[in-house]
Amino acid sequence: MNLSILAIIYLLASVSYILGLKMLSNPATARKGNGIAAIGMGLAIIGTIFLYQDDEGNLLGNKAWIFGGLLIGTVVGVMAAKKVKMTAMPEMVSLFNGMGGACAALISMVEFNHLADKIHSQPEILLEDIFPSSGAYWTWTSEMLVILAGLVIGAVSFAGSVIAWGKLNGRIKDFAFRGQHILNLLLLAIVLVLSAWMILVHENANVMVFYLVFLLAVLYGVFFVLPIGGADMPVVISLLNSFTGVAAACGGFLYNNKAMLTGGILVGAAGTLLTILMCKAMNRSLKNVLIGSFGATSTGGGGAKQEQGTYKEISLSDAAMVLAYANKVMIVPGYGLAVAQAQHACHELEKQLAEKGVEVKYAIHPVAGRMPGHMNVLLAEADVAYENLLEMEHANEVFPSTDVVLVLGANDVVNPAAKSDPSSPIYGMPILDVESAKTCIVNKRSMKPGYAGIENDLFFRPKTSMLFGDAKKVLQELVAEIKNV
Amino acid sequence: MDSILEWITAYQEYIYIVVLMVFLGIEVIGRVPSVLHTPLMSGANAIHGVVIIGAIIVMGKAASYNYLAIILGFLAVILGTLNVVGGFVVTDRMLEMFSHRKQAKK
Repeated sequence: MNLSILAIIYLLASVSYILGLKMLSNPATARKGNGIAAIGMGLAIIGTIFLYQDDEGNLLGNKAWIFGGLLIGTVVGVMAAKKVKMTAMPEMVSLFNGMGGACAALISMVEFNHLADKIHSQPEILLEDIFPSSGAYWTWTSEMLVILAGLVIGAVSFAGSVIAWGKLNGRIKDFAFRGQHILNLLLLAIVLVLSAWMILVHENANVMVFYLVFLLAVLYGVFFVLPIGGADMPVVISLLNSFTGVAAACGGFLYNNKAMLTGGILVGAAGTLLTILMCKAMNRSLKNVLIGSFGATSTGGGGAKQEQGTYKEISLSDAAMVLAYANKVMIVPGYGLAVAQAQHACHELEKQLAEKGVEVKYAIHPVAGRMPGHMNVLLAEADVAYENLLEMEHANEVFPSTDVVLVLGANDVVNPAAKSDPSSPIYGMPILDVESAKTCIVNKRSMKPGYAGIENDLFFRPKTSMLFGDAKKVLQELVAEIKNV
Repeated sequence: MDSILEWITAYQEYIYIVVLMVFLGIEVIGRVPSVLHTPLMSGANAIHGVVIIGAIIVMGKAASYNYLAIILGFLAVILGTLNVVGGFVVTDRMLEMFSHRKQAKK
């Protein structure tokens, strides 16, 4: 009876994930979809605690521990999620993803110990290895397979996500050395060989080997993400996200649990597709992201050290004048705006200019901000009207008839090298063609290269003037100046 | 060979589910606008937190003398909860921004 009810709950949960994911891919229904998936998850959790029975019909014990863990996780999770700034969203997502990966790896550890006990207490079954009739052998093989898969994938996802989190908030620098790819492949090969050996030869249900595999998988996760830098980070987070999905699905096999299986595989598949879609938005192949990392190429490449021309600086009052007397202004918000939390000040400037009769639009690059679609979230937070946001292709059509382009902390997404310089690491990435406008004002804190670590020729072009300073401060001062014009 | 076939027969139900879910996952998010990439990633992130069910089972089955299993299980429950709760709350916060805009338009 209990188990039938639980089966229905799991079915409902699976349906809620599918519905939720479907609704999340449409702006009108996204929030409801998230809620539906959350309700399904809550049902599945409560159902598991009270209705789950093992093979001998025992209900789950240790309820105090379970509720204690749930309570701690909920309090910390809600606090972290409520407190985090919108601009820091990418590292938060990455960190939560890492927690899921670690959870999968921990489950594998406990289950491995159970399985090893079972194997060591019944060594005689090992003699019938070759005969398919030995049911226990195949059960063990399957269990070992999913336990190790959950361990390795979970560990890689956890280590990779933590490194990604550290890199995104600036605690960990890009780090690459010669032969890193070979080391990575070697690590992966050792992990796979050791795992295959443990799966096929049960006598080796050796705890030491098991933890060695775990350790090497963690190392692999670290070295896998360390060299990847700049704009490629979101792609890696999305990829690790789908890894954790697969790790969760391994738990579904292990416990014969359809809710885990469907949820995990669904996210694994959807995450992989999402990763590919993101790559497409940046015109990069997944292989390029994983092998040709920005950080590694720009330190060795000659492009970065080219002799640069001189740049023009523009004063704040001149910039205000130019903006106030323009007919059409296009704002290109970027990473700098996100970091400075300047989205509200930006909206303020837009309103101020609109009062003076200037037509203001925003040109949004698909990967503007710190993640694809991140800029839209930030501008929505500041109540910028949706119809004022132009997507890249549309914006590029409008630039030639634009008087002034105001670039706020964007660097790579307006770098003409992506079109003209095949040696540039971002060559081939579609960019916002700000050069076709009459004037271009670029706000940056300094002449230092941007996120991807490459110089931008745009800043030295005759049509471009530089307006130095923190995006938020500059915008607030511009608003004040324009009021006086 | 025979044994592999036998294995496939024994687990065919799972194989069906996996194959169908792969197609469903791809189909379901099909052509998502890049505006929604971040919330969708974060929402999917919360859904794979379903791994918490495994953590609860591990914790619930741990014998009271098996300290290793209890400690690892407890940690797993905390981390899994963080993944689920944090993921859904963060996604909701992001999507809330979008609905503000809709209200402003009205």
